[in-house]
Amino acid sequence: MSYLTRRLSTFPLVMLGVSVLVFVAIRMVPGDAITAMLGTEAGLLTPAQREALANYFGIDQPIAVQYWHWLLGVFRGDLGISVTYGKPVLGVILERFPLTLQLALMSMCVALLVGLPAGVFAATRNERMSDLGVRIFAMIGQSTPNFVVGLLIIYTLSAGFGILPTMGEFTPLLAHPLRNLGQMILPALTLGFAFAASVTRISRSAMLDVLSDDYVRTARSKGVPKRSVIWRHALPNALIPVVTLSGVEFGYLLGGAVLVEQIYALPGLGRLVLDAILQRDYALVQGCVLFIAFNFMVVNLIVDLVYVALDPRIRLGEGG
Amino acid sequence: MLRAIFSHPSGRIGGTIVVIYVVVALLGMFDVTPHSPLQQYRIDRLHAPNMIYWMGTDLFGRDVASRLMKGVGQSFFVGFCSVTLATFAGTVLGLTAAWFGKAWDGLVMRIMDVLLAFPAILLALLIIAIAGPGTWTSIAAIAIVYTPIFTRVVRGPALSIKAREFVDAARTFGSSRSYILTRHLLLNLVAPLTVQVTLALAWSLLTEAGLSFLGLGTQPPASSLGLMLADSRNLMETAPWLLIFPALAIMISILGFNLLGDALRDILDPRTRRSAA
Repeated sequence: MSYLTRRLSTFPLVMLGVSVLVFVAIRMVPGDAITAMLGTEAGLLTPAQREALANYFGIDQPIAVQYWHWLLGVFRGDLGISVTYGKPVLGVILERFPLTLQLALMSMCVALLVGLPAGVFAATRNERMSDLGVRIFAMIGQSTPNFVVGLLIIYTLSAGFGILPTMGEFTPLLAHPLRNLGQMILPALTLGFAFAASVTRISRSAMLDVLSDDYVRTARSKGVPKRSVIWRHALPNALIPVVTLSGVEFGYLLGGAVLVEQIYALPGLGRLVLDAILQRDYALVQGCVLFIAFNFMVVNLIVDLVYVALDPRIRLGEGG
Repeated sequence: MLRAIFSHPSGRIGGTIVVIYVVVALLGMFDVTPHSPLQQYRIDRLHAPNMIYWMGTDLFGRDVASRLMKGVGQSFFVGFCSVTLATFAGTVLGLTAAWFGKAWDGLVMRIMDVLLAFPAILLALLIIAIAGPGTWTSIAAIAIVYTPIFTRVVRGPALSIKAREFVDAARTFGSSRSYILTRHLLLNLVAPLTVQVTLALAWSLLTEAGLSFLGLGTQPPASSLGLMLADSRNLMETAPWLLIFPALAIMISILGFNLLGDALRDILDPRTRRSAA
């Protein structure tokens, strides 16, 4: 079986496994669903009322039947009702998703705009002081949790320049683009920092590999200008691992950056999950986790497909 | 091995940081701190760093340096326990999957695929949603998140070692299954496992700090670096030491483990060793 067929055929299986895990995990929470839904008011119910409610929500049925009904609902886009918001879970998620998507895209832009040139620069100055400087910076970037970066940025801005990042009411991109970008730039820089460090490291090592290849040496000996050798001959071949890394990181970011959203008070997907957990809104936790895992898997699948398209060795079964 | 680590530039820095980190962590764990981490010196609330309070005091007048040492001890405890659990579970699953193959291998690896289908922090949050916040839940969450990675790290090389002649020879000589698994397979997997353990420790420190920052990890009044950072948020302008010292402690400790991991990979990976030579 080719790599591609194998990869595509396992996708639905793993997704099914994810749905089982999410469904079972939420049912392992101590306490019954009715108490979780009604809170302290559940104590006022008579046993008959309890039974009627359990029957209404279908939770008196065997777990396999419950799972089956739930799965059918998922296929129809019905992820249940959020107790906190009193609205369908999918609706709540889709309200938050554009922000998370925008943040992920902006962070990726920061990472590629900083990381790629830095990696190429370091590779062309291998083992010199400037290379060492870039490497140290990248290592520190990779070792600093993004919420620490966020806190340090906020501190520097407020202590050094007397400005505080805009927090509070969030403005969607389409409503007021400039105000929106003002709110999003610091979170994007915060998330982009560690991401840029990873891009720097991987593009540096990929460029170093490619620069020692024969075809690059040939291009150099033919007298092709250095700039052209680096950017036109070497870089396109060094991009494969960068594409993979960026794709995987992007997949992570689509799951919402819980900590950074928390620091900058952004109403994204990450904070939605966190609030749902803290408020014990299990339908919402379940829906969010499923939605995020699905996105993560789709992005990873696309990354793998792009990787195969870029590197024929895998398609032909040599490298896979 | 130690000589190799300390003659590698990253290994030297990383190794030194890790040694200092472990010493501070042990001192913190066994309460060998300049002050009691919970003692409130009310007159000296939000005191800047001086000779008595090396890193200042917090809003309740507690000594930041002592709390930081305790917090480092806490993160080391969580990291050590979770990575030990993940290494053990991942090694057993990976080894048995490679050895028995067929249905068992399929089952184990599909479950690992499912676990890997979640972004790490989300899976940790899901586990905390089920079991409730706390130190032991954090340990379990980090261990479960890291188990699939160890399983993969072990299974791949174990499969190729299993096919080698010396394993066939051991079987022919009548060595028991457990002897071959531990003596021949496991011993040959020490190198990739060591690198992974170091990197996993770095990641576990990061996750523990993040979970505690969100209020889902270590619970107050116990001390943790993440909690200290969360507490510093509203006071960072008046008392920046509350932010800077825990932030530096997290950064430097993760940096140490990352540098050591990189050095170990260079030293233990035969490909880089050959190209270096």
